[in-house]
Amino acid sequence: MYTEKVMDHFEHPRNVGEIENASGMGTVGNAKCGDIMRIYLDIDDNQIIQDVKFKTFGCGAAVATSSMATEMVKGKSVQEAMEVTNKAVCEALDGLPPVKVHCSLLAEEAIHAALWDYATKHDIKIEGLEKPKSDIGEEEVEEEY
Amino acid sequence: MKQLIYLDNAATTKTRPEVVEAMLPYFTEYYGNPSSVYEFSGISKKAVQDSREIIANSLGAKTNEIYFTAGGSESDNWALIATAEAYADKGKHIITSKIEHHAVLHTCEYLEKRGFDITYLNVDENGSIKLDELKKAIRPDTILISIMFANNEIGTIEPIKEIGEIAKEHKILFHTDAVQAFGHVPINVDEYHIDMLSASGHKINGPKGIGFLYIRTGVKSRSFIHGGAQERKRRAGTENVTGIVGFGKAVELAVAGMEERARKETELREYLMERVMKEVPYTRINGSRKSRLSNNVNFAFQFIEGESLLIMLDMKGICGSSGSACTSGSLDPSHVLLAIGLPHEIAHGSLRLTLDEVNTREEMDYVVEAIKEIVAKLRSMSPLYEDYIRHQRN
Repeated sequence: MYTEKVMDHFEHPRNVGEIENASGMGTVGNAKCGDIMRIYLDIDDNQIIQDVKFKTFGCGAAVATSSMATEMVKGKSVQEAMEVTNKAVCEALDGLPPVKVHCSLLAEEAIHAALWDYATKHDIKIEGLEKPKSDIGEEEVEEEY
Repeated sequence: MKQLIYLDNAATTKTRPEVVEAMLPYFTEYYGNPSSVYEFSGISKKAVQDSREIIANSLGAKTNEIYFTAGGSESDNWALIATAEAYADKGKHIITSKIEHHAVLHTCEYLEKRGFDITYLNVDENGSIKLDELKKAIRPDTILISIMFANNEIGTIEPIKEIGEIAKEHKILFHTDAVQAFGHVPINVDEYHIDMLSASGHKINGPKGIGFLYIRTGVKSRSFIHGGAQERKRRAGTENVTGIVGFGKAVELAVAGMEERARKETELREYLMERVMKEVPYTRINGSRKSRLSNNVNFAFQFIEGESLLIMLDMKGICGSSGSACTSGSLDPSHVLLAIGLPHEIAHGSLRLTLDEVNTREEMDYVVEAIKEIVAKLRSMSPLYEDYIRHQRN
């Protein structure tokens, strides 16, 4: 069902984790639909993404796209990171099954949400960046058994 | 191939070698069409009749009440559609449950579009239908009650005898989808007041592509496939002779070994459930603990998603299934898990393992270790788990 690259990123996801006091953090998706992505960015004074980490609740494609997206933005300027689109992530993974393409959309949204958080905190304008629609933040509280 | 621990026996089972052996001569030696007149085809005809007899006996039914079909889904379609049409002048109301297989649910939706009124009964947290709700749902125009014998996802066995009694009391026909139960638990159509029953071959170590519908004598039903005079003119098409022979053999073996099999499976099931519940935190068991198929285990692991879990289990050679949205191709998790009251995000983290008597305790140990490792890994990657831990600290 998945390409070798997707399986590789699923089996060995890159950049999993959290960043304390991150420059920007964004969470998108919805537990109801079964996909949540969170991206942490560490951005230096020259607006270069020095480090990036992610956490994802979701299917194989969701994990793989998160992992690939983090690899693609690492070391880039915030402006360059805007070019990491869902299409680019999808292509870098040699494609996704049609029903899973929405997962790559989530990766792009998660990066944008994290960049938006950074831009707002630092009062910076990033060309082409819009306020994320689906940043669900941390208010989602799990039900306990 | 790497080692394989097959724990998806509710999806399909391995065809027993004895079954294959019984089938083989009917491919190459006795390939005659049972409808032909010469002596040679009489051998095929007798083989079909013998299987019909084995199956009828296993249910306490008569041979002329067993109609072979291509499988459980066809049987469900037939039972619902043909009955609805035959009894439409009496009424257009059908009662079923929210946790039926899609072969029943989608057929009900089809009937709704054609003017029938369907009541979908709720189930309790264990997946059992509520008998008082069933009684309340009955109307003067109710023509059929269709409730599954046992649920395919969570293994809950429904109170079939009580449902049958209620149906009989109100003179309403009772159909049960017994695809998961037939050959696994004892069923007697008279004792349970069952008027129609669907079953399938490949769920009981028989071949795929063969099933039957039991229709009690006296129940009105039209021909479901039009054509020749096979199956007492109700289901046309040359008989799947090899499939029927294999199905008969599988039933014979299943009936003979039923008690022993249930005992072995229950022991393994309880061992697996106990270990996982003890060793994996934030886990629940879905389905009834008491009235449950002996081979069904269904967990929900909080904070993780089922498809990821399945792929990682597959990497370790373990075959299971999940009710997460991603495995069904839709955005919603399993309708069964939602019906028993699970929130979406927990239903996404479900894992169904369905055993066979050939499984071993060593395999269960391997599976428990695999689950522990994978669940821990997926939780370490989960933003939901991260938030949960953070809330705990604050």
